This record gives sequence, C-alpha cells and structure tokens, in this order.
Amino acid sequence: MTTRNRPLSPHLQIYRLPLLALMSITHRITGVGLVVGLVALAAWLGAAASGPAAFAVAQSLLGSPIGLLLLFGWSVALFFHLGHGVRHLLWDTGWGFELPQAYASAYVSLGVTAVLTVVAWAAALLV
Amino acid sequence: MVEFALPANSRVQPGKTYKAAGAKNVKVFKIYRYDPDSGANPRLDSYEIDLDHCGPMVLDALLKIKNEIDSTLTFRRSCREGICGSCAMNIDGTNTLACLKPIEEIKGDAKIYPLPHMPVVKDLIPDLTVPYAQLASIQPWMQTQSPPPPDGERLQSPEEREKLDGLWECILCFCCQTSCPSYWWNGEKYLGPSILLQAARWIHDTRDEFTGERLDALEDPFKLYRCHTIMNCTKTCPKGLNPAKAIGSIKEKLLERRS
Repeated sequence: MTTRNRPLSPHLQIYRLPLLALMSITHRITGVGLVVGLVALAAWLGAAASGPAAFAVAQSLLGSPIGLLLLFGWSVALFFHLGHGVRHLLWDTGWGFELPQAYASAYVSLGVTAVLTVVAWAAALLV
Repeated sequence: MVEFALPANSRVQPGKTYKAAGAKNVKVFKIYRYDPDSGANPRLDSYEIDLDHCGPMVLDALLKIKNEIDSTLTFRRSCREGICGSCAMNIDGTNTLACLKPIEEIKGDAKIYPLPHMPVVKDLIPDLTVPYAQLASIQPWMQTQSPPPPDGERLQSPEEREKLDGLWECILCFCCQTSCPSYWWNGEKYLGPSILLQAARWIHDTRDEFTGERLDALEDPFKLYRCHTIMNCTKTCPKGLNPAKAIGSIKEKLLERRS
C-alpha cells in the first residue's frame, strides 16, 4: 500500500465559511489593503512637501473617479479593520468567545464600519 | 503553507449515479469516493435514497447505501449516538458527526466529504496520524511530583472540578481541528483547536502539578499563536464545546504568568 500519494481532501472548495470566518479573512484582506493605502498616503504627503505642481498632480489623481473609488475602499477598510481590531482586544480580555457574543460583536462592528464610513464621507464632501 | 487549490491528484472528478427506482421521497446524496487501489483521482458519486425507507440521520443514509446499494462505500462509525466521534465528516459544508446530523436539516442535495485538508485513506476516511501525534505531544495525562494521599485519590472541590466543564466532554472527533483554516495552512506546526482544548483541560486541572511546563511547551509562535479567533472550531463542534474560548484561556494563563 502506498501512503505517499494519498489525495488531500477538499477544504476551501467545499467548506461553507460562517460569518465569523468571513469577518476574520476580511480583517486580513483589509489589513493588506491598508498597507497599500499607507504607501498612497506617503506619496500624497511627499507630493505636498515637494511643491505646488506635484501636489496638484496628486490631488487630481486622488480626485479622479478611480482615485475616489480607492479612497472609498481605503476608508471602508480602515473602519472595518478598526472595528474588528476592537473585537480582538475584547477577545484578549477574555470576553466574546461565546457564539452569541461573537455574532453580536460581528454585527456591531459591521454597523460601526457603515456608520463611520458614511460620517467620514459626509464630513469630507459637505464640509 | 497556504495553498488554496487542491494538488492535481486530489481534484474531484464526476462519478457514477445510482438511481432509486420507484421511490417517491427521494434525496440525492453526493459522496466523495477515493479508491486507493485504482490510482484514479477522487470522484463524487450520487446516490438516490428513498427517505420513506431510511432512518432520520445522515449515518442512517450512509448505512443504507452500504447495506443495500454499494457495499464498497467506506466510512468510520461505531456508537451511532455522538459519543465515539468516529463518523466525523464534512456534511453540507460543515464538519459534524453523521450520526447526530438529521437529513432533514440539509437543503437540496446532501454533499458529503471527508474531514477537510487531510490525507484520504479511502472514501470518507482521513488519515489522522498527525493529529494523534500532536495529541501525544501535549502529554494528555495527569502529571504530579507530590505523592498521592495514602488513604485515597487526589481530591478537588466542586469549584475546582467545574473548571473542567466544557473541556472533558471532548470526544476527539477532530471536527474542529479540520475546520480551522489556520490548521489547514500550518497543520504540521500549529497544534489546532482540538489539541489545544485538550491542553487546556490539563492546564486547568487543579490536581496537575506541571502547569508551568505545559505552558512553556505551548509558548511558541506556531503551536498556540496561529489561532486567529476565526471561530470555525466553536461553530462546528458537534458537542457544543468552545475550543476558541479554551485557547483564549491558555493565552490568558500565559499572560498572567508574565505579570
């Protein structure tokens, strides 16, 4: 009997990931997205420091439809990552491991993400 | 290592279909099949089951298939009442015990796979060598230095005994172990939820005198801290236990020890 060639049973292909797992993977994805966003932020600050011409280019790039879409994505990612980060803090204090608590904190952090995103964009566009 | 796709020899091919002639109340069971002797890739066979002549649980359907339709279907089972942990498998996208899973809870076709991301011996039987070795590595027995009382066993107060509730009930079915994405990607270094729950069971046992050594053994970037509180383990446990909380309690013990 050969044991080396045993197939690997299906995993991601067949597992129905619950909301809690989707929150976790989204936390990681938004974390990576925010690192990229940090590069964009640094480039924007660099442009501001190097003179009016460079700053105007940076502003027009970020003000373009694609730029605004990216900014919106980064804002959602920031608030999601913040909310889920607080969940991790709560877990680290020993609270929130029961399933009803975990679901409640997931819904609250999703709600907070939505509210903070709307507030931030309302402030940015209206003020 | 994170590898999202299955290796070439593991990709599941379409399989055979077994019809249930004359049945009125039909449910289709799509079951993962792998025959180690053929050398062929795994396949998904479809079995039509007449629910009017079948018991209520998924295990009843599997036994009906084995007894009446296809005796080559291979799976582990023993107690048929959720205490032995043998019939752990992935049913309808979630790991659970076939004997505790009612067929009527499954909408549409019932898809049944072996426990995820494990080497498959045959059909629904995964090779559990690695998790068993990991269990042995945490030394799941009471360890003491002081001699036992001469007149009897080591006693616990009811409060001390209560600390083990939610831990001792684990039947080591490995539903949680194989539901954990961290364990999928780092299964050889990360101990996984079921083994860490067992570790917690001995760490919190007030009669055990090797708590420090047990914590030392777990303080490692991989063995314990690959847990990212994804909570698939707690969600999937067929006994309603909470491995995520048990792992949290170990992290808490490690923290207490530092301060």
